[in-house]
Amino acid sequence: MNIAVCIKEVPDTETRPKIQDDGRSIQKDNIKWIVNPYDEYAIELGLQLTEKNGGEVTIISFGPKTIESTIRSALAMGAHKAIRIEGPKDVADPLVTARALATVLKDKGFDLILFGKQAIDDDNAQIPQMISEALEIPGASVVVKFEINGESAVAEREIEGGKEKLSFTLPAVISCQKGLNEPRYRSLKGIMMSKKVPIEEVNVELTGENLIIEELQMPPQKQPGRIVGEGPDAVPELVRLLKEEAKVI
Amino acid sequence: MKKFESLDLYHIDSLLSEEEKMIRSSVREWVTEQFLPVIEETYQKAEFPLWVVPKLGKMGFLGSNLPEEYGCAGINNVAYGLIMQELERGDSGLRSFASVQGGLVMYPIFRWGSEEQKRYWLPKLSSGEKIGCFGLTEPDFGSNPGGMKTQVKATADSFILNGAKMWITNGSIADVAVVWAKLDGVVRGFLVEKETRGFSAPEIKNKHSLRASVTSELVFQDCEIPRENLLPETTGLKNALACLTQARYGIAWGALGAAMACYDEALNYALTRIQFDKPIGSFQLIQDKLVYMANEITKGQLLVLQLGRLKDTKQMNHVQVSMAKRNNVYHALEIARKARDILAANGIVSEYQTMRHMNNLESVKTYEGTHDIHTLIIGNYLTGIEAFS
Repeated sequence: MNIAVCIKEVPDTETRPKIQDDGRSIQKDNIKWIVNPYDEYAIELGLQLTEKNGGEVTIISFGPKTIESTIRSALAMGAHKAIRIEGPKDVADPLVTARALATVLKDKGFDLILFGKQAIDDDNAQIPQMISEALEIPGASVVVKFEINGESAVAEREIEGGKEKLSFTLPAVISCQKGLNEPRYRSLKGIMMSKKVPIEEVNVELTGENLIIEELQMPPQKQPGRIVGEGPDAVPELVRLLKEEAKVI
Repeated sequence: MKKFESLDLYHIDSLLSEEEKMIRSSVREWVTEQFLPVIEETYQKAEFPLWVVPKLGKMGFLGSNLPEEYGCAGINNVAYGLIMQELERGDSGLRSFASVQGGLVMYPIFRWGSEEQKRYWLPKLSSGEKIGCFGLTEPDFGSNPGGMKTQVKATADSFILNGAKMWITNGSIADVAVVWAKLDGVVRGFLVEKETRGFSAPEIKNKHSLRASVTSELVFQDCEIPRENLLPETTGLKNALACLTQARYGIAWGALGAAMACYDEALNYALTRIQFDKPIGSFQLIQDKLVYMANEITKGQLLVLQLGRLKDTKQMNHVQVSMAKRNNVYHALEIARKARDILAANGIVSEYQTMRHMNNLESVKTYEGTHDIHTLIIGNYLTGIEAFS
């Protein structure tokens, strides 16, 4: 079984981003780049499935040559192959990335195409669905449980207030949610192997950019906490403030 | 648990390869996510967290600088050092386990063992399936190991050991002990397996330091081992000392990890603890302590990095290792003490890790060649005069 895992390089979760002078992009100096954490659930799923059923996991990512160290970091979990689709770092329109990915994915005969459920940097979560549409194959998003039975598969996905169970035939597109598995730590063996895997570079025509980022804003500064009073006497006032001011109860 | 970022005032990270940084990240993540949440409790209970052994093995952290043909990872010595640093950021006991297993058990088997011994033991020790310990120090022979009393007598088809070893990390949990003893007046290395008749390893209890590490006595009373358990290529005390050079190399890196943990905790505390209506980090005396810490960590980092590059190009000698162990452990302990000072009363409770590191580092300063003995080793090199014999 051959599995593609599409990953995105994102800033480390501890990064405190700063907006550039143009007001539309973030400063990229001194950022530590990592594999999008949700994508690690996808890599883990791919590895578990190929460990059980045989086959290979191919890491695919879209971006400039600088993302190669992040691709290697994904390979270090134990993946077998890697493809980098040449492209700029800042693509505001997910459709551009999705079209590029679809061009590469369509002839490779993957049984499964895995993604994280969303990117933690721009919070976009569109590409898996776009790929499923572009390749005209089933897609399940925000998957927390996944099983394969021969040519078909069963996925459980989180929906508002509950879970939904889907069955569909392969090939298919899955976007993975926390809870699906525990991504493994990168072993020294995996790290050493990742050095030896060639990263195939692919050029495709980029089309359809239509979204433009007009402006980025930092969230408002957090207000300092307030002590309403002490002991049981403070409870009525606290309840009033939670109701009327914070409007959370 | 919050992610950890180490101080890098001198852009020392730029001197590391992508692979070295990736290895450091992997250990760092594991320590932060899996080990730090449980270490305080296990330290208080004075238990070694045995569950970590197969995990360390699976990730390849045991004997990681030994070759792949024996099931090891075959990484370079800088990457090995970074692993030690990150493990000791967790706890000196954790790093001690890895140091002993890799530097003091797997290394001598690799270096002076028979091919059969290597094929049998190294993969098992690397995976964590088996645990090893190293018996050199005796109750009356610490800094002067050459005076050891443990003796071996040869019979027609076996060796018989008599004597005792003291302060042996992993002793009571070890499946195999690398024991140094005199055979016909010459120090040789022997493998003694757990449950060999005449061999016992009682644990030393009630420690104030390295509580999350097993420390034991090894007792040999007419302990008979097969002839093939001799490490055939050992020829004298210098072999045991060469093992110590390996372990001390790891300690020099490891101590930095403990220092970084204390510095990080003290800095965060200094920025959030309010006295006289402002963070205590605003006061000059607190800044002085933080500057000392940052300064010594930065110097220590450069010292071990260069030492690692020397080791990787086969230029390292034991005097350089003595200098790095002596310097980094001394300053790590001073950093821990200053950090405890900044944390004040909070510094003595287990909610903060600093005092655990401080107590551990008291042992680290003593074991694997005391601070003073390293002073004399370097003094001997500089003057050509031995001050300890």
